[in-house]
Amino acid sequence: MPPDTTSESPGSDVTSTVFKDTELTLGLPGEARFSGGKTCSKRGFIERSMDLNLGDSSSSSSQTRGKILAGQDFSSESLVSGAGKPSAAKRQEVVGWPPVRSLRKRALEGCKYVKVAVDGAPYLRKVDLEIYNSYQELLRALEQMFMTCFAIRGNYVGEGGRKVMYPMKEMEYVPTYEDKDGDWMLVGDVPWKMFLESCKRIRLMKSSEAVGTLAPRTHPRSCTYEVAADQQLKAR
Amino acid sequence: MPRMGYSFPEEVLEHVFSFIQSDEDRNAISEVCRSWHDIERWSRRRVFVGNCYAISPTMVIRRFPEVRSVKLKGKPHFADFNLVPEGWGGYVAPWISAMASAYPWLEEIRLKRMVITDESLELISKSFKNFKVLVLSSCEGFSTDGLAAIAANCRNLRELDLGESEVEDLSGHWLSRFPDNYTSMVSLNIACLGWEVSFSALERLVGRCPNLRTLRLNRAVPLDKLANLLCRAPQLVELGTGAYSSELRPDVFSNLSGAFSGCKELKSLSGFWDVVPGYLPAVYPICSKLKSLNLSYATIQSPELIKLVSQCQNLQRLWVLDYIEDAGLDALAASCKDLRELRVFPSDPFGQEPNVPLTEQGLVSVSEGCPKLQSVLYFCRQMSNAALMTIARNRPNMTRFRLCIIEPHTPDYLTLQPLDVGFGAIVEHCKDLRRLSLSGLLTDRVFEYIGTHAKKLEMLSVAFAGESDLGLHHILSGCDNLRKLEIRDCPFGDKALLANAAKLETMRSLWMSSCSVSFGACKLLGQKMPGLNVEVIDERGPPDLRPESCPIDKLYVYRTVSGPRFDMPGFVWTMAENPALRLS
Repeated sequence: MPPDTTSESPGSDVTSTVFKDTELTLGLPGEARFSGGKTCSKRGFIERSMDLNLGDSSSSSSQTRGKILAGQDFSSESLVSGAGKPSAAKRQEVVGWPPVRSLRKRALEGCKYVKVAVDGAPYLRKVDLEIYNSYQELLRALEQMFMTCFAIRGNYVGEGGRKVMYPMKEMEYVPTYEDKDGDWMLVGDVPWKMFLESCKRIRLMKSSEAVGTLAPRTHPRSCTYEVAADQQLKAR
Repeated sequence: MPRMGYSFPEEVLEHVFSFIQSDEDRNAISEVCRSWHDIERWSRRRVFVGNCYAISPTMVIRRFPEVRSVKLKGKPHFADFNLVPEGWGGYVAPWISAMASAYPWLEEIRLKRMVITDESLELISKSFKNFKVLVLSSCEGFSTDGLAAIAANCRNLRELDLGESEVEDLSGHWLSRFPDNYTSMVSLNIACLGWEVSFSALERLVGRCPNLRTLRLNRAVPLDKLANLLCRAPQLVELGTGAYSSELRPDVFSNLSGAFSGCKELKSLSGFWDVVPGYLPAVYPICSKLKSLNLSYATIQSPELIKLVSQCQNLQRLWVLDYIEDAGLDALAASCKDLRELRVFPSDPFGQEPNVPLTEQGLVSVSEGCPKLQSVLYFCRQMSNAALMTIARNRPNMTRFRLCIIEPHTPDYLTLQPLDVGFGAIVEHCKDLRRLSLSGLLTDRVFEYIGTHAKKLEMLSVAFAGESDLGLHHILSGCDNLRKLEIRDCPFGDKALLANAAKLETMRSLWMSSCSVSFGACKLLGQKMPGLNVEVIDERGPPDLRPESCPIDKLYVYRTVSGPRFDMPGFVWTMAENPALRLS
């Protein structure tokens, strides 16, 4: 049976009749048939469609493979409907699909680049805040970025599960940021999302300078973890 | 046969021909007789080469010695979506060097999807004394240094449009290279530039060019500087803002609002990156005059979009993100009765679940409410045959219809059937349809409908569709006016391709990737059709190291009168008569 007609497709009888009538051959009209190769070509298509799935998690690639087979061996019962999809946040990315230009993709991804200065460091860095999901991730990244040039002492995961940020007793630097209103705030005061929207730039301030330059806290503590640094400030 | 050619002096015929601008008509004129052919070729001023590899620059120059305006296209359309590997080709350098000596009076160069270097830009700037127009649409390969050469040397430049090109940003100071006595800019589009340009240079340039009608800024131009620019150019017809965000300050707002009100001729707006909704009312004074609005980078929500769009009663073109939602499209349908073109882009193209309530219903509303709607590009996550049939019946005047249902193989969500009959209705009712993009679950049947009805169709894009070669055969044998066909991930193979080989010579190009075309069939096609370049793109290595029956990765076939090209990279092989030319 020729690989390109399937018995499950509705109207396939008409299809195969018309197909025979057109007498398509592997070759130009009047040429001899190509020998073999048909089975290989169909298998090859499925194989390559799997290759398309960029070798990510096997569950997603098998899901997409299922879809392509459903397209090939069409029957209405075997269709993959939207409801059956896994609840993964992102769909399997196929190259060039959906057809959105890179320029547009990049513009939508949004980059929230802010300058990061460290008192005493000769140069600034720029970080894309959007790639981090929490203060913890951001500060860890900053620490790694600036660790090489000088020591930022202090840790931010305390004992007993209490998350502690830059205990000021041990640390030389306090993470601060300038917000939309031009005020210098302590990093960690507001929920992460709010921080993302309002942060214009970051400065790792020497703790000796921190006193007196930070804006007084006007909001009650709204973040989900404790900031021991705050208590240190109050203690002064 | 009456000797018409000798009835009039050449000068008279030339004068008559000068009123004939379209290529088709000029081609027809040139076939009347020898002397008309000669007169026409000496008087042709504009040349459009839709595929830069279809003909050599020498041949063009030989036939048309007095050209003033050239438009060239390079890479296939799917290059926009990263399907064409880097280094594939589309180099404009041979054209620029040939034209530098042959066309000293060249005024306009328009390129699309081509690679242009700084050297070429410099050559352009020094070779053509009367150079006026440079349009680089989706091009790459150059930097701000090349732009500096253009700015410094092109005294008569009127238009510099960088489109959506990739420009290497070495310095923002290229803009300062425009001399102080340069005042002829009419259209400047730098929206694609990633980094800052020298703002003071930009301000001075805008201030001294009284004929400036189009100004598209890049994202790096801050909002608080926009009012200043607008005040220097109140005659602007088309404006692209920079980032549309700033702290909400009443003075900035009132300056901006005043500046916009002062632009009495403004008909087109774009830009709007990083929109702060509080600043949108600044444009309200000019909304009623707008004909074109590009909000496709504006991440604002439906209520703001509705407020804006409802005031644009004369809108003809709207590009927007799916944040507009069905509700926003309802409002569009109610307010914008002159709408001709709608493009709705996805805000979250890779998300699994819909993130906004935008469905087929929005498109149906617009098709009902906007009688002049003829061009649609619509990304969504669900569609039904019923909706497509309604759209088709509502809008038989549709000429461009591109639907992208984000998940491949998505069926009609109501009936779970393929979307064959829906698209069938589109091609049946919309008799002037010239461009069509398909998506969703589709069998060979949809191609039967297309082959039967889409007689005016010129460009067709197909992805994840069809069941057999019959599908491809329907397209190639039925679509009489087909010029460009691009296919990806469809089970189309050798049979239809080889049986319709002659058709390919009537088309500009065919692209097939991740289909079932064998290497053997490609070789056969190349050998039998000398008028075609049959190029196999395969990054896995030489296709002749695998069995001939094995499918190739990507195929690009195009008609040409200049034979195989010689600038192919290592992963492109051409199937030609001469086997020696096959190898890279």
